[in-house]
Amino acid sequence: MLEIKMYDFNDEIAWCPGCGNYSILPALKEALAELELKPHQVVVASGIGQAAKLPHYINVNGFNGLHGRAVPPASGIKIANKDLKVIIHSGDGDSYGEGGNHLMHGIRRNVDITHFVHDNQIYGLTKGQGSPTTAQGQKTTMQLDGVRMETLNPLALAVSLDCSFVARSFSGNRKHLVSIMKEAMNHKGYALVDILQPCVIFNQVNTFKWYKDRVYYLDEGYDPTDRVAAFQKSLEWETSIPLGIIYKTEKPSYIDKISYLAGGSTLVDRQWQPEDAEKFMKDFM
Amino acid sequence: MLKYNILIGGEAGQGMDTLAVLLEKILKRQGYYVFSNKDYMSRIRGGHNFIQLRFGTETIVSHHPVLDVMIALDQRTIETHIDRLQEKGIIICDDSLQSEDTRVISMALKETAKGIGNIKVFGSIAIGAVMKLFGLTINQVEEVFKEKFDGETSMVNIAAFQKGYELVESYFQIDSPAEDNHILINSNQAIALGALAAGVSFYAGYPMTPATSIMTYLSEKQEDAGIVVEQVEDEISAINMAIGASYAGARAMTGTSGGGFSLMVEALGLAGITETPLVVANIQRPGPATGLPTRTEQSDLSFVLTASHGEIPRMVIAVRNPEDAFYQTARALNLADKYQMLVILLGDQFLSDAMETIEPFDFGRIAINRYLAGKEVVTEDEYIRYQLTENGLSPRIIPGKNEGQIVLVDSDEHNEYGHITEAAEIRSNMMEKRMKRMVYLKKEILEPNYYGVKHPEVLLLGWGSMDGPLKEAIELLQKDGIGAGALAFGDLYPLPTKLLDKYSSSALKIINVEQNYTGQLAKLIRQETGIVCHNSILKYDGRQMSGYEIYLRLKGEVL
Repeated sequence: MLEIKMYDFNDEIAWCPGCGNYSILPALKEALAELELKPHQVVVASGIGQAAKLPHYINVNGFNGLHGRAVPPASGIKIANKDLKVIIHSGDGDSYGEGGNHLMHGIRRNVDITHFVHDNQIYGLTKGQGSPTTAQGQKTTMQLDGVRMETLNPLALAVSLDCSFVARSFSGNRKHLVSIMKEAMNHKGYALVDILQPCVIFNQVNTFKWYKDRVYYLDEGYDPTDRVAAFQKSLEWETSIPLGIIYKTEKPSYIDKISYLAGGSTLVDRQWQPEDAEKFMKDFM
Repeated sequence: MLKYNILIGGEAGQGMDTLAVLLEKILKRQGYYVFSNKDYMSRIRGGHNFIQLRFGTETIVSHHPVLDVMIALDQRTIETHIDRLQEKGIIICDDSLQSEDTRVISMALKETAKGIGNIKVFGSIAIGAVMKLFGLTINQVEEVFKEKFDGETSMVNIAAFQKGYELVESYFQIDSPAEDNHILINSNQAIALGALAAGVSFYAGYPMTPATSIMTYLSEKQEDAGIVVEQVEDEISAINMAIGASYAGARAMTGTSGGGFSLMVEALGLAGITETPLVVANIQRPGPATGLPTRTEQSDLSFVLTASHGEIPRMVIAVRNPEDAFYQTARALNLADKYQMLVILLGDQFLSDAMETIEPFDFGRIAINRYLAGKEVVTEDEYIRYQLTENGLSPRIIPGKNEGQIVLVDSDEHNEYGHITEAAEIRSNMMEKRMKRMVYLKKEILEPNYYGVKHPEVLLLGWGSMDGPLKEAIELLQKDGIGAGALAFGDLYPLPTKLLDKYSSSALKIINVEQNYTGQLAKLIRQETGIVCHNSILKYDGRQMSGYEIYLRLKGEVL
């Protein structure tokens, strides 16, 4: 285990007091320390939102890109340098709303990245509008008569796409969160972890207590490799919310399918001279 | 010197592409200069498509409207193009087609093909007949057919070719060519080959005509070159993924056409503010929206000059022909790395499909310069990604390579460490840091090509694919005794102005020649220099102007 303070960064944190993000950040540092990943070996990619500010508060490589676009650069980074541990931290609006298309195809692409979604079921940075995971009917600062759209179930979506690792945790249980983070980062392939987190300013429905009263932990009797059972499990929500690994499957990652990349050097270290391309001119002779 | 023009026309799916590839390759291998261009509809079957193939014993840089021979695979080809056939021209077609024109040689192409054993080979009979009409030898015919088709298919096609060769008599005269020492290539292939030579190791894209063939060629070479080509869910993903790969240290590139480029716009700014090297190729087609998917236009210049909200440094280079495309792509990649910035390459559909015989590329002329920071930055100290320096460029390292050093980049305005800031002074410093590149780039830019007399009275201005047609137009004008010259721009932004100043000072008439409605080069020149064009030759019907067409329009509309 590495020293946790190795990941500390003395930048002023711009999250609201009481935000669930304050629990997720130290959990990540702890998980990285336990996995003995040094700061230079890790990249945290994010989009835009409150959660997406996380790269600024941790001493690892960071790519704080555009809103909704965390998955493509994270994929590009991992494909370019497979030796890096690539992690995404972004919110529910960024990951499931603006970035929905990239999430769907990112799962299909199965690049070995771990996607942590700070899911507070509301837009925080833009002040309280409904997000894809805001409950239908819930009143917000924008949806004054309640959200008209149906609520997105990210875990059911991920299981339906045969995402190679699907889990849920809760910012209110540090120990569980660290353990799920470690499992997700150790898993080879696209790993989606939905982290329930209260927004103390804009979501007065899904409060800490609301989550606390409903969450329960999957025990050893649950088999996360059974996809149909996992889909069923992923549908549980209103009264009892399962935490833990909902689904996982072993399959070749994106890089595994490219033999010369899996078995060779990274693209970053590829040795190549202009003359090496001269042989291709025969196509035009 | 004679140059001949052949048109092969028919419905989509009738195999014109294959016939053209065979014919142009045989002619090229025999030592002729070849220039071919495609005119096709956005459909897979039916409609009307044609390919024009020009050949001769000297360099050819443009297509030509007057035809010597037509291979008509359907009735519509005859009806559509017969007005362009020269008086002593010839049409070769199957005897099932109808025409009273005395220039038609109606042959039992399909019946003969059936006799040979496969009706599909009727086109090869036509090629045999065309070769004979020009009195060409059958040198290289077998080789080319055998490369194109598998064993038995090649044999039956060769038999068909021979049949066609026997069916007609020699009719046209052409000089014997020198020995073949050329390559036959289009500009998209040249961009792809330039990217390979210059060490691109990651290319992300989404299929879009007419840019797709860049990705297709790179994809074919993936394993051989050890690179990764990824077809992504949309162009937003393509550019963001390429930026991610570039941040990580790979030489990355993406390409698309105008519609896809529109989707990429937000991320152009991301490359700008994060100072990530990136080359984006925009192979233009007529817009707006879906426009004319398979046709040509030069209407994205004004758009790419300012695409992205906010202000970022950028360089815009138009490729002018396959040779230019190869070397400019490699240069664009080096400049992107040198200045840690966005370089946009502009091509168009005409260039993407026009095959041209050119000198083989000199790979010794290509260098791969990454401008990554060396050992001087690799110290015990923390790494400062956006360190303020005199020239605005901060040392760039590859994340993950140096223990104790991390690389933080941000789409928000940031301080030297990459952290979000709203401080007024830092914002100003960072804007100046990024935009300073535009000053340094002025030392990098290349002047346009110039064709014509030393002190032109008539000065034509064009860019990109207008290069070849302008060159040919100038030759035609000079034959008429008109003191004309043309500047064909490759580098467009920053705009090179030395030759522009030089030649515009003597010119009585300055005329911009562009494939767009608003005269976008003229606007750029006026904006940057105050020089105003007196007249415009513009075309926006999706079809490329030839040198001859420019010449005729100048004579008719301006001179």
